[in-house]
Amino acid sequence: MQIDPKTNTLVREGVVSIINPFDVYAIEEGIRLKEKFGGKTTVISMGPPQAEAALKEAISLGCDEGILVGDRAFAGSDTLATSYTLAKAIQKIKEFDIILCGKQASDGDTAQVGPGISAHLDIPQITYVKKIEEIKDNQMIVERMTEEGYEIIKVSLPCLLTVVKEINEPRIPSLKGMMRAKKAVITNWKAIDLETEEDRLGLTGSPTQVVRIFTPPPRPKGHIFDSAPDECVDKLVNMLKDHLS
Amino acid sequence: MIDYLLTEEQEMIRELCRKITDEKIRPIAAELDKTEEFPWAVMKVMADSDLFGLYIEEKYGGMGGGVFDLCLATEEFSKGCGGIAICYSASALGAYPIILFGNEEQKEKYLPLLAKGKKLAAFGLTEPAAGSDASAIQTTAKKEGDHYILNGTKHFITNGGDADIYTIVTMTDKTKGARGASVFIVEKGTPGFTFGKKEEKMGIRASSTRELIFTDCKVPKENLLGKEGQGFIVAMRTFDTSRPGIGAQALGIAQGALDAAVKYSRERKQFGKSISSFQGIQFMLADMATQIEAARALVYASAREIDQKRKDVAKNSAMAKLFASDVAMKVTTDAVQIFGGYGYMKEYPVEKYMRDAKITQIYEGTNQIQRNIIALALIKETAQN
Repeated sequence: MQIDPKTNTLVREGVVSIINPFDVYAIEEGIRLKEKFGGKTTVISMGPPQAEAALKEAISLGCDEGILVGDRAFAGSDTLATSYTLAKAIQKIKEFDIILCGKQASDGDTAQVGPGISAHLDIPQITYVKKIEEIKDNQMIVERMTEEGYEIIKVSLPCLLTVVKEINEPRIPSLKGMMRAKKAVITNWKAIDLETEEDRLGLTGSPTQVVRIFTPPPRPKGHIFDSAPDECVDKLVNMLKDHLS
Repeated sequence: MIDYLLTEEQEMIRELCRKITDEKIRPIAAELDKTEEFPWAVMKVMADSDLFGLYIEEKYGGMGGGVFDLCLATEEFSKGCGGIAICYSASALGAYPIILFGNEEQKEKYLPLLAKGKKLAAFGLTEPAAGSDASAIQTTAKKEGDHYILNGTKHFITNGGDADIYTIVTMTDKTKGARGASVFIVEKGTPGFTFGKKEEKMGIRASSTRELIFTDCKVPKENLLGKEGQGFIVAMRTFDTSRPGIGAQALGIAQGALDAAVKYSRERKQFGKSISSFQGIQFMLADMATQIEAARALVYASAREIDQKRKDVAKNSAMAKLFASDVAMKVTTDAVQIFGGYGYMKEYPVEKYMRDAKITQIYEGTNQIQRNIIALALIKETAQN
């Protein structure tokens, strides 16, 4: 991963496009839901032309359709502009029950795009989902991870979930899936195809300013006390006292 | 590697099998080598990925490919573990008699199950007193009304006990010698069909090897493959078809060992340098790589020839198995040598490659038998010209 020192943004040119590792769990869950309840799983990515390979990979796993939301006009989008653009793409699809996202991207690590989409669409969101327990009568019961434990939440559809890796074990593609993906035509939606306000796209629509990026200094080596426990405690207390004074 | 002009689909098979090997086989290979546990979880992944159907016609639920596709898959899996790979390809060995000689009903009944990987197959020829001399088999099948009654013991059967569908070579008429043999499909669970002890092996320990015991085992006459007395033709044609698969297994094991040796030689420092900078090591690596590539060319060529339905494929398929397995033994032994003392330790992967390689010189016809086949074909060709 490289950062452009001038703009403080990620260098994406020439980088091989892979599916964001956390999104793989979202794709798997989407395919499982389809296998269990029927329906259709569409995978959407906003990105440069090389993201088409990642969409095809999702099709090889079992997604029905791939849509690439890609246009020069989207370049430089921060999480606000990205979630706005993706929300507009989802609105173009019109009918949907569940939107699944990975909990965060592996490059920017912001975890804001999923929640951003739900805000733009004005639908409920549940983050860090580790289990979908039940879907019945247009309602869903899910388990979400929290720092202290977990929560069980009932939510009405349509809704957006961001999922954690504990939710499933992603499958290996099938040969038939790979062959289908090879032939699949990825739909490309450009700015003109979406009903968007121009000033909310790309760099113009991105209020985020990265002021400074730095590499944190490496953590200094810790101190290990290896004498008898009593002595260790004394030494540790003295050290802490010294440190405070 | 030489460009073997694979089709787009074959490139996909290779890519998919490499992914399965890296993600599902390599992480468990050493553990299963220790525990001798059958790799059911990996078999499930292979089944879900359509790989058990590679060599089965589309109308029976397969992918419509042939021996070459099977070889590509077996080679990739064997780079990770020769034992797990043979669990996969031994099912093909058990299925080939049905593919080659089965009638429509038999194919419709069994091939879809095998293509989807819902059931595994196994082939049963070898007996305690009939190894290289296959005509010495003692297992009998006696016709009684609508059934045949099987009696006898098969041993060293790969996938024995874990497979559900068995193709078994028996004698229906001992007085006719080799012309008195017949092959039957026998399903696990048939009364009178039981399994003996599981063998503890030197290598390919993730695969299971058991005795098959037939005691007044009643098999419906519909399960006869081909005609009565055609058994040896069924067995020989099956081996002609399956041998490149053993070549591919050997090839994968050899490549896996070479890859490990090259990597290690760059990391290992002696006399202040990487050992890969020494000509003694370089020449070994160069020879290993050259032998492997030659073996690959032979295995691929013979597999493609079989898929083109050429006649008289026995000689080339025997050469592929013979050469690739001898190469595997040599390359894996040299890989252990390059690793030095570490190579002899179980903590490192190369001693397993060496143990796994040995069987490829022995099963599906010892390499001595392969030489017999090659020489016989040579003499026959010369006599005809």
